[in-house]
Amino acid sequence: MKKIATGNKAVAEAVKQAKPSVVAAYPITPQTEIVETIADYVTSGQLESRYIPVESEHSAMAACIGASITGVRTFTATSSHGLLYMHEMTNWAAGARLPVVMANVNRSIGPGWNIWAEHTDALQERDTGWLQVYVATVQEAYDATLMAFRIAEHNDVLLPVMVNLDGFSLSHIMQPLDTVEPGDFIPPIHLPHAIDPKNPTSYGGLTGPNDHFRFRWDIERSMRDSVKVIEATQKEFAKRFGRSYGFTEDYRCEDADVILVSMGTFGKEAEVAIDILRKEGIKAGSMRLRWFRPFPKLELAGKEVVVIDRDYSFGSGGILAKEITAQTKREVYSVIAGIGGQEVTYDDLADFVRKRRIGTEFWFGVTGNV
Amino acid sequence: MFEIRIHSRGGQGGVTAARLLAMAALHDGKYATACPFYGAERRGAPVVSFVRIDDHPIKVYSQIRQPDLVVVLDASVMDVVDVLNGLKKGGRVLINSAHKQEFAGFATSHVDLTGIALRENLVVAGSPILNTPVLGALAKMGICSAESVKKAIREMFSDEKNVQAAEAAYKEMSL
Repeated sequence: MKKIATGNKAVAEAVKQAKPSVVAAYPITPQTEIVETIADYVTSGQLESRYIPVESEHSAMAACIGASITGVRTFTATSSHGLLYMHEMTNWAAGARLPVVMANVNRSIGPGWNIWAEHTDALQERDTGWLQVYVATVQEAYDATLMAFRIAEHNDVLLPVMVNLDGFSLSHIMQPLDTVEPGDFIPPIHLPHAIDPKNPTSYGGLTGPNDHFRFRWDIERSMRDSVKVIEATQKEFAKRFGRSYGFTEDYRCEDADVILVSMGTFGKEAEVAIDILRKEGIKAGSMRLRWFRPFPKLELAGKEVVVIDRDYSFGSGGILAKEITAQTKREVYSVIAGIGGQEVTYDDLADFVRKRRIGTEFWFGVTGNV
Repeated sequence: MFEIRIHSRGGQGGVTAARLLAMAALHDGKYATACPFYGAERRGAPVVSFVRIDDHPIKVYSQIRQPDLVVVLDASVMDVVDVLNGLKKGGRVLINSAHKQEFAGFATSHVDLTGIALRENLVVAGSPILNTPVLGALAKMGICSAESVKKAIREMFSDEKNVQAAEAAYKEMSL
């Protein structure tokens, strides 16, 4: 059924249909409408779930971990500082191999206090063992949330999944949303290592130097295996519901000389910039990176690459630019733009491509930088 | 792509008006995006919301810089905000006012939305509700169809007064 919904409502709608047994969330700033809407679903009887309001995001993730280890489906949502406050527990969820699904509304980190879009919050979680997908439309926020449960809970994966949507520019925007009947697209959860009072086992005990690395490797092994699961899930989703997704969304890339790589809503607006550049005779294409973890193999051979980072790693550079440079062994034009909700238009995006200087970094809006 | 900027004060329903317009456009078979200004709104402060309508999926997320139409739900914001800022050459203005208003170079329409809301008893917490009547005026301007407006309003509100208010605005609107 087609309706008009915000990114927040789209995520909540997908969660309602995935029917998690437990939703734990901190209900105050920087929380979003996502859990507010889910709380409404629970109180009105539209979703049968145990909704646990907790005193912090750290506790929210801890509650999801405790619930998940009993073998039930769990969900939480957060944003910016809330995600950072969870950090110890996000590591624990991945390490304990618990398929928690979380929506994160990407917002800036203070100080100064700023509530607008930026990806640095989620990218600070990149080494925790969570899968990360970044979406660009209200429809995609819904679709990716449905798929997240199936991917996380697949027994070849058993790792948590974070669905990321840009603060305000997607979380609060209203667009058409076509909901589906997921049916058995999300099969019942089966956690092979769920706790069982009849067969007591110990979790989180001391793991010595002879064994700890084996558990770490096992996370990486599953992260690599998740590539096939993501592909199969996206293929099955397209077959059932008619909307197809890849690891990237490529626009006019085939014959392009220069590719603009970005994540989130910039990746959609970039398509408008590409059309403008093409009219000027510049053979440009847009590659919107959807999955950041696992980091996909990108088809960039023989192309010049311009990377937009809505994030930064101080003393290193744009996080996405660094990942791409490491993978392709080639230099890129690294543009830092959109930090803390900085307005970036399709004209600006086109300009980044026109004025590219491969091998250099450019902070949009900053004058006198090297 | 048709781009609309709605000026109001926090709490007057500018965001809901944007949402209703997007819903009506969807019923017309078009694509639409509606958004509040990205910020921390305060009740009573001048706020803006945006609507984009197109025959194709909308890929633009940055703010509207050159609207085709400016809607002013509260004329008092004009004392503190330049509502014509960026308005396209030949652009249109719709203003909530009982009196004719003129802006050089722009086709200006007016309708007394506040009067209609008070007459229809559409008042919440002492404030007249403008978001449903304004949809009737937008339909009269041809931004969306009257049928789709009624459908959108009925989807959001169970009270038929809202539809009557939109119908009244449609009738009383001076183009």
